[in-house]
Amino acid sequence: MANDAPGRPNSLFRNLNAKIASIPMIFTALVVFVGGTVWTVVYSFTNSRLLPRLQFVGLDQYERLWSTPRWLASIENLMIYGVLSLIFSLTIGFVLAALLDQKIRFESVFRTIILYPFALSFIVTGLVWQWLLNPDFGVQHLVRSAGWESFTFNPLYDQSIVIYGILIAALWQGTGLVMCLMLAGLRGIDEDIWKAARVDGIPMWKTYLFIVIPMMRPVFVTTLVIIASGIVRVYDLVVAQTSGGPGHASEVPAKYVYDYMFSAQNLGQGFAASTMMLVTVMIVVVPWAYLEFGGRNKRG
Amino acid sequence: MNSFKALIAASTMLCTVGLAQATDLEVTHWWTSGGEAAAVAEFAKAFDATGNKWIDGAIAGGGNTARPVFISRITGGDPMAATQFNHGRQAEELVQAGLMRDFTELAEKEGWKNFVRPASLLEGCTVDGKVYCVPINIHSWQWLWLSHKAFEDAGVPVPKTWDEFVAAAPALEKAGKVPLAMGGQAWQRTGAFNVLIPAIAGKETYLKVYQDKDEAAAAGPEIAKVFKAADDARRMAAKSNVQDWNQATNLVITGQAGGQIMGDWAQGEFQVAGQVAGKDYSCLPGLGVNELISVGGDAFYFPKLKDADKTAAQEVLASVMLSPETQVAFNLKKGSVPVRGDVDLNAANDCMKKGLDILAKGNTMPDPPRLNTEDTNNQLNDLFVEFFATPSMTPEEAQKRYAEIIAAAD
Repeated sequence: MANDAPGRPNSLFRNLNAKIASIPMIFTALVVFVGGTVWTVVYSFTNSRLLPRLQFVGLDQYERLWSTPRWLASIENLMIYGVLSLIFSLTIGFVLAALLDQKIRFESVFRTIILYPFALSFIVTGLVWQWLLNPDFGVQHLVRSAGWESFTFNPLYDQSIVIYGILIAALWQGTGLVMCLMLAGLRGIDEDIWKAARVDGIPMWKTYLFIVIPMMRPVFVTTLVIIASGIVRVYDLVVAQTSGGPGHASEVPAKYVYDYMFSAQNLGQGFAASTMMLVTVMIVVVPWAYLEFGGRNKRG
Repeated sequence: MNSFKALIAASTMLCTVGLAQATDLEVTHWWTSGGEAAAVAEFAKAFDATGNKWIDGAIAGGGNTARPVFISRITGGDPMAATQFNHGRQAEELVQAGLMRDFTELAEKEGWKNFVRPASLLEGCTVDGKVYCVPINIHSWQWLWLSHKAFEDAGVPVPKTWDEFVAAAPALEKAGKVPLAMGGQAWQRTGAFNVLIPAIAGKETYLKVYQDKDEAAAAGPEIAKVFKAADDARRMAAKSNVQDWNQATNLVITGQAGGQIMGDWAQGEFQVAGQVAGKDYSCLPGLGVNELISVGGDAFYFPKLKDADKTAAQEVLASVMLSPETQVAFNLKKGSVPVRGDVDLNAANDCMKKGLDILAKGNTMPDPPRLNTEDTNNQLNDLFVEFFATPSMTPEEAQKRYAEIIAAAD
């Protein structure tokens, strides 16, 4: 590809139509994403209140941020939520996909049912689960009225477990998508590989674990990116389900950013918090991207 | 929906410009409870009577939800014609950035200075000698609302002070009542604490902490007593699991809860429910300890607009809001006190008269939104939301963080 055909000296004009067509997106990416990010980072070093202004105060906003108990609680919650949500949605999603892959009857019906929650917004999901988990008329009430009087299932009003109440709702909403991606991946595996494995007498679970999953690497990477981006920006689910309560037990960083930027009229503090979110993402993404795309000679 | 309506209204207006005299003004506010909606309807009625049209832009969820929406609309170049704020520092920067309209001329022509009382209300609207907002009511936070039914059911007399109320709490609990109703929203938690300060520690300490931002006072023994009282309140409100303030008030109205610490706007709810002060419920200003009320309230700000018709109509709206008739009609429904000293208030009920008395005696102080920035108020909100929801957090620990917030405040 590197050698241009004679008579077409400038590679800049090759595929000109495609290049012109992508100008708006390039522009958006540069101005909105990169420009906006740089602007935010710069203003996070100022003492901007309601309106942005360029009065630099050094690292003051960051010092305040990291000494705020609410921010620390938010980070801790995001860690718990993120790790568990990643593990569970991948495992449950894959197991469901593997089960659906057994050429069962009414597969499309099951697929639709499991994918259906994904059609709901986080706000609706949050409200539904707020009701389901409400002790006065949700699951707890149902079990108690069925005769088990001492049954207690009250995650949203208990500080120590409220984040798991949110996790349940998030899994209910998001697992269907993971399942569909996995199913597509499973369908992409050549039938002959299964036949070969069966001839060699390898048990099914071993085939999945040691042959199929390694072959599905690209699907897993895609899924991982989708889940991870959902984790970092989780906001509306928390607002709808608990608004961060009880106390600060279900606060998340995105909510801190919103509250300080708009409600507290302290842009500087909000920008500092969002910059920290960006840094966190970078810490995860940069090494991964380096391994994935950096080692050219390794993967050809 | 409302912005959609406004859009349609605006496009209709473009077609009929020059023909129509009536001007539509979109007014945004966060008054959505029963009593509040009844009060705001009085404004709409009076404004419509001038031949213009009031387009209601109510945003549910309280000021903390509504204010960011207002601010982003104003800074984003899509201003409404008029909007509610609590006057003081909430809109300070919008005024400084030149986004709000200067009403000095109208204020001088109509002589607002002569009838708006207390004078500090108009001062709250004044930046660099210019008037930027119209104060429309006087609200005070320092009230304890008590349900007679709840105390009857519990077999104890209705308390006259905060201490009696705390002492009556076990009896209420035994009768299956929530002693203290308190909504889970942050501003209600902070509000209740800010009410406890002047009641328990006195006006001096209150001003030292919030006006002078005196860290030593915030960490001192007086505030420690307040935190002890807040600890009592936390225990009494432990079983109150409602979110909105009017849901909490409803617990008091129906006798499921003993009492509630809430501003005088709660009175509008009692009124809508048809209850009579002194018979069905009592109100204790300053928690019955220290008869002191803070003077704050709501005000309307008018963003600068390009449309000349609307700009003219803004002035009409401002005069209507301050006219004696509207002031009385609005404030009776809202449960607040009119800002005009020259109106007839025979229709006022017991609680409102108590408030007027205290006001006449001059036992007043500025309220926290006038003294603190929203940033500080939000940090306090964060602290008290955690304090009231976390029984394991000791008053001492909370006070230490409280003092830190006050020390960092500006």
